[in-house]
Amino acid sequence: MPYFDDYWRNSIEERGIPGFESNSYPPRAPISVRQDWKGSNGGAAANVKELSAQVLDRLGAGTAILNCLYGAHLPYSEDMGVAVARAVNNYVAKEWLDRDPRLRASIVVPTQNIEYAVDEVERVARDQRFVQVQLVTNQEMPLGRRQWWPLFAVAEKYDLPIGLHPGSTYRQAMTSLGWPTYYIEDYVAYAQAFQSQLGSLICEGAFAKFPKLKVVLLESGVTWLPGFLWRLSKFWRGVRAEVPWVDRPPGEIVRDHVRLTVQPFDAPDDPEIVQRLVDQLESDDILIYASDFPHWQFDGEDALPRGLPESLKRKILVDNPLATYPRLREGAR
Amino acid sequence: MAGHVVAAVDEIPPGQRKLVAVNGRNIAVFNLGGEFFALNDRCPHRGGSLAHGIQTALVESKVPGEYLCSRPGEMVKCPWHGWAFDIRTGKSWCDPARLRVRQYPVTVKPGAELVEGPYQAESFPVRIENNYIVIEA
Repeated sequence: MPYFDDYWRNSIEERGIPGFESNSYPPRAPISVRQDWKGSNGGAAANVKELSAQVLDRLGAGTAILNCLYGAHLPYSEDMGVAVARAVNNYVAKEWLDRDPRLRASIVVPTQNIEYAVDEVERVARDQRFVQVQLVTNQEMPLGRRQWWPLFAVAEKYDLPIGLHPGSTYRQAMTSLGWPTYYIEDYVAYAQAFQSQLGSLICEGAFAKFPKLKVVLLESGVTWLPGFLWRLSKFWRGVRAEVPWVDRPPGEIVRDHVRLTVQPFDAPDDPEIVQRLVDQLESDDILIYASDFPHWQFDGEDALPRGLPESLKRKILVDNPLATYPRLREGAR
Repeated sequence: MAGHVVAAVDEIPPGQRKLVAVNGRNIAVFNLGGEFFALNDRCPHRGGSLAHGIQTALVESKVPGEYLCSRPGEMVKCPWHGWAFDIRTGKSWCDPARLRVRQYPVTVKPGAELVEGPYQAESFPVRIENNYIVIEA
């Protein structure tokens, strides 16, 4: 609350707005935090000290990027969206980044209005500890559409990758078929949301327009990618005149512009199969580490799938994140 | 390689094509503004007949939203899956270095020259006053 201005502080109280938590992981739902990684508060780390003890020290992390999914994208009001985004970014800077030099964060933006989202990036990007612009996958409009482009322009200008995380504004169905009934359907359908967004970004020409733009898929799963790219590339060969700015196979575009995090990886526990899947990505640069803490299904200290060669592990843990996030290269530990 | 007389020039006006057979091999002969090109009539993807594909322009783009259309009719799209090939070179648009259709040299010869040989006219009489398309295959 102290991070809202007078109007919004009053308004939240007087209207009785309970908060901007997303339906994806309600804080009190047991699956919002892995049971054996809970803190003394009974939930996920709620402050820097707990985060440090529960995660950073335990995993031996030199640098960690915080992705705060607290609801800036949820209100329908553009002004309320701006107020929440500003409050979240200011809160993250003061309560988290100021208190542990290992921490970096993603900028939360009010996607209700792209102009305002651009303004928020301009405002926050002066702080070099913000290393990425965070968006949720399920938006009211596919991400490649040109209305989004001013946001990509400002992200490119400040060397900020776009971090795409599962999540929804809940103003459109969670799947292309309509609304599913169960959480499990939602969760699994996010892989399709990632595919559709990747298809949109490539086919609408976002990467042709912004040659330095990087998009990081967070909690996307990995193993769907080769099959998806196979299909996209195959069809592109037959109908490419429709999208002539896609002037090379989509797989090449992905290898230049897109990174995927390793939690979850979605592969069986068989090193040979993992190796085959990694080979199909045709690149050692594409994977980067993520913990997926605190979700109930994250793999704890076994975040990396078995079967990765040592050289690739080093790339996933250190080299690829540094190459992806230019701002981590300055002052990263 | 031997020269094969496959058609009279008049049979394939500019913008048209003809499917011919040389030693049992199907070859698509295209007339682009008076120049003749001969491509193996088998798409390297799955074997579709290029002589039955549509001829279209080269479409390029420097930035999204911009469409540059040039060389009308000089690309042929396989009727099966739409892969496009440059009729002048046989190279595919999508992977020109690795994926191409075999191209055969074409010349136009006067009938008078052909009658003296060593050319093989497959199935039609050669007239001295006409010009003929000869494929080296």
